[in-house]
Amino acid sequence: MSAPRVVLVDDHGLFRSGVRAELGRKVEVVGEADDVQPAIDLIAELLPDVVLLDVHLPGGGGQAVVQAIKTTHPQVRFLALSASDAPEDVIAVIRAGARGYVTKTISTAELADAVRRVAAGDAVFSHRLAGFVLDAFAAAPGDAKPPVDPELDQLTSREREVLRLIAQGYTYKEIARELYISVKTVESHVSSVLRKLQLSTRHQLTRWAAERRLD
Amino acid sequence: MAAGVAAWRGFSVTTVRIVFVLIALVSGGWFVPVYVAGWLFIPAAGEQASIGSKARSDARGIRLAIGLTSLLILVLLAVSALNGGWFVGWAWPQVFSMAGLVLIWRNAPQDEQATLRRLLEPIETAADSSSRGKWSALRLVLAGALLVGGVGWLFSAHKSLALLRPLGGVVLVIAAIVLVLGPWWLRIARDLVLERQAKVRAEERVDIAARVHDSVLQTLALIQRRADDPQKVIQLARLQERELRSWLFEGRDPNETEADLTLTGGVRQIQQDVEARYGVPVEAVTVGDCELDDNLNALLAAAREATVNAAKWSGADVISLFAEVEPGEVSLVVRDRGKGFDPEAVPADRKGLAESVYGRMTRRGGTATVTTAPGEGTKVMLKMARNMTASRA
Repeated sequence: MSAPRVVLVDDHGLFRSGVRAELGRKVEVVGEADDVQPAIDLIAELLPDVVLLDVHLPGGGGQAVVQAIKTTHPQVRFLALSASDAPEDVIAVIRAGARGYVTKTISTAELADAVRRVAAGDAVFSHRLAGFVLDAFAAAPGDAKPPVDPELDQLTSREREVLRLIAQGYTYKEIARELYISVKTVESHVSSVLRKLQLSTRHQLTRWAAERRLD
Repeated sequence: MAAGVAAWRGFSVTTVRIVFVLIALVSGGWFVPVYVAGWLFIPAAGEQASIGSKARSDARGIRLAIGLTSLLILVLLAVSALNGGWFVGWAWPQVFSMAGLVLIWRNAPQDEQATLRRLLEPIETAADSSSRGKWSALRLVLAGALLVGGVGWLFSAHKSLALLRPLGGVVLVIAAIVLVLGPWWLRIARDLVLERQAKVRAEERVDIAARVHDSVLQTLALIQRRADDPQKVIQLARLQERELRSWLFEGRDPNETEADLTLTGGVRQIQQDVEARYGVPVEAVTVGDCELDDNLNALLAAAREATVNAAKWSGADVISLFAEVEPGEVSLVVRDRGKGFDPEAVPADRKGLAESVYGRMTRRGGTATVTTAPGEGTKVMLKMARNMTASRA
C-alpha cells in the first residue's frame, strides 16, 4: 500500500509544521488548514485518505468538519487529535464519524501507525478513549432500565476485554497475544465498538457525556 | 491659580483657596472675575503663553463671550427691574466671570478643558437638544414648563399664603430639575457599573497572569536550563501539563489537597508522585469512581508500591496505570514494558513485592497477581471486593 495522503487540520501552525516534519517520510501530507471552513473546502478539493483533525478549532468544533465532509465525501476518513482529554469533546467528534482518537502527546511512530490503520478502515483508540468508552458503556448501578437495543447499547465481554487492554497501554499485537486471537480479530472488535459508539442511542451515553461536561 | 499663588508664597493650596473664597464673599462677588482674569492672563507653571494670549486670536470665542455678556446683562437688567435684591448685586460681577470662562474654555490646555467640561456637562447635555432628537427637546420643553409653573406657583403662594401651594411649587421645581439632570445622573451610575466590571476583568487578568507566571513561565525557564536532559524536560513538561489541565478544565487548584479523596483522585496522586519523584511518565486511565474505605486505601497503597517498583527497576519509558470500578469489585493494573524479572530469583530479603503488594492485598481479602518474565515486562493485577455498605450507592 502506498503512503496514505493526509490533510492536517489544526489551528496551531507550530503543531502542524511539527507533525508534517515528523510524519513527512511515513505519510504524504498534501495540505494543511487552520479552521473549519478552509478545512472543508480543502478536503473537498484534495480528497485525502485521512484527515488529522484537531478537536478544538476556533470556528467550531472539529465535528463540524466531519459532519460536512461525511455527507458529501464518505470515503474520507478522520483521525481526531486533541490536547484536551475532555470526554464530551472526544465523544462528540467520534459520534460525528471520526474513525479514531489519539492525544497530541502520541509518539511519531504510533501516530504514523494510527494514520495507516485509519486509512485501511480500522478504528484507533487511545488508551484514554478506551477508558472513556468503558466508562460510558458501564452499567450504572440502580439502572434497571433495559437497553433499548442490546445489539448497539451493550459491549460484549470480549469487547470490554479488548478495551481494558487498550486502556492499559497494550498494542493490538500485544492484545492479540494476550487473548490468543489474531490482530485482525482485535481490529474487528475495536471497529465494532466504534460502530456502537457512533450509532448507539443509549441514554447513558448522552447522560454520561453530559455529566462530564466542563463547567 | 490658587496652586500658583501657593507655590509662590509658600502657603498650602488649601489655605490659599479658603482665603480666596473669603475674599470673594467680602468683596461681594467681585473677586470671582478677578480670579478668572488671573486664570486667563497668568501663564501656568512651565508654560510660555497664558491662556489669554491664545484667546486673543480666537475671534469666535471673543464674539461668543461678548454675546453671552450682553445677554446676561439684559437678563440681569430685567431681574433688577423686578427688584432682585442681593442676588443682582452678586450676579453683576459674574457676567464678567462668564465671559472669562468662555474664553478659557475655548483656549485652555487639554486637562483644564476636561475639568471645565465635567463641571458644565449637565448644562451641555440639557442644551444639546438638536443632536439628541425629539425626545430630548420634549424633555427640555416639559422641564421648562414645570419650572415656570413651579416658580409662578411659589410666587403666587406668597401672596395668598395658602399652606399647601408652596409645597406643590417646590415639587414642580424638583421635577423640573430631575427631568433636566436625570439623564446625566443615570449616565454617571452606568459609568460606575462599567468601571466596576472593567476592574473585575482587570483583576481576573492579573490573576491569570500570576498563575501563568508561577507555573508555566517557571517551568519553561527550567526546561530551557535542562535542555540537555530530555528525560527531565519531558518530566517537567508533563508535570506542567497536568497542573494546567486540572486548573483549566477541572477548576482545581493544583496546590489544594483533596480532603475526601476518591479512587480516581488516589490514582492521580500516585501518577503525579511517581512522575515527580522518578521522572517516568505514568499513563493513568480510570473507569468509574467510588469513595475510599480502608480496603481501597490498602489497594491504592499496593498500587503505589507496584508503580514505584516499575519506575525504579523496570527501565520502561512509560508505566500504565489502569483502574476500573465495577459494582462488585475494584481492579487496578500496573503494567510496564520493561525488563521484567524472574519471580523465582527474587532474593528472600527483598520484601517490596511480597510484603507491600501481596501481603497488603491478601490481608484485606484482595488478590494480587504478578505476571512477568525477563524481557517481557511486568504486569501487576490487583483486585479488591467492594465493601458495599461503605460505598456510594
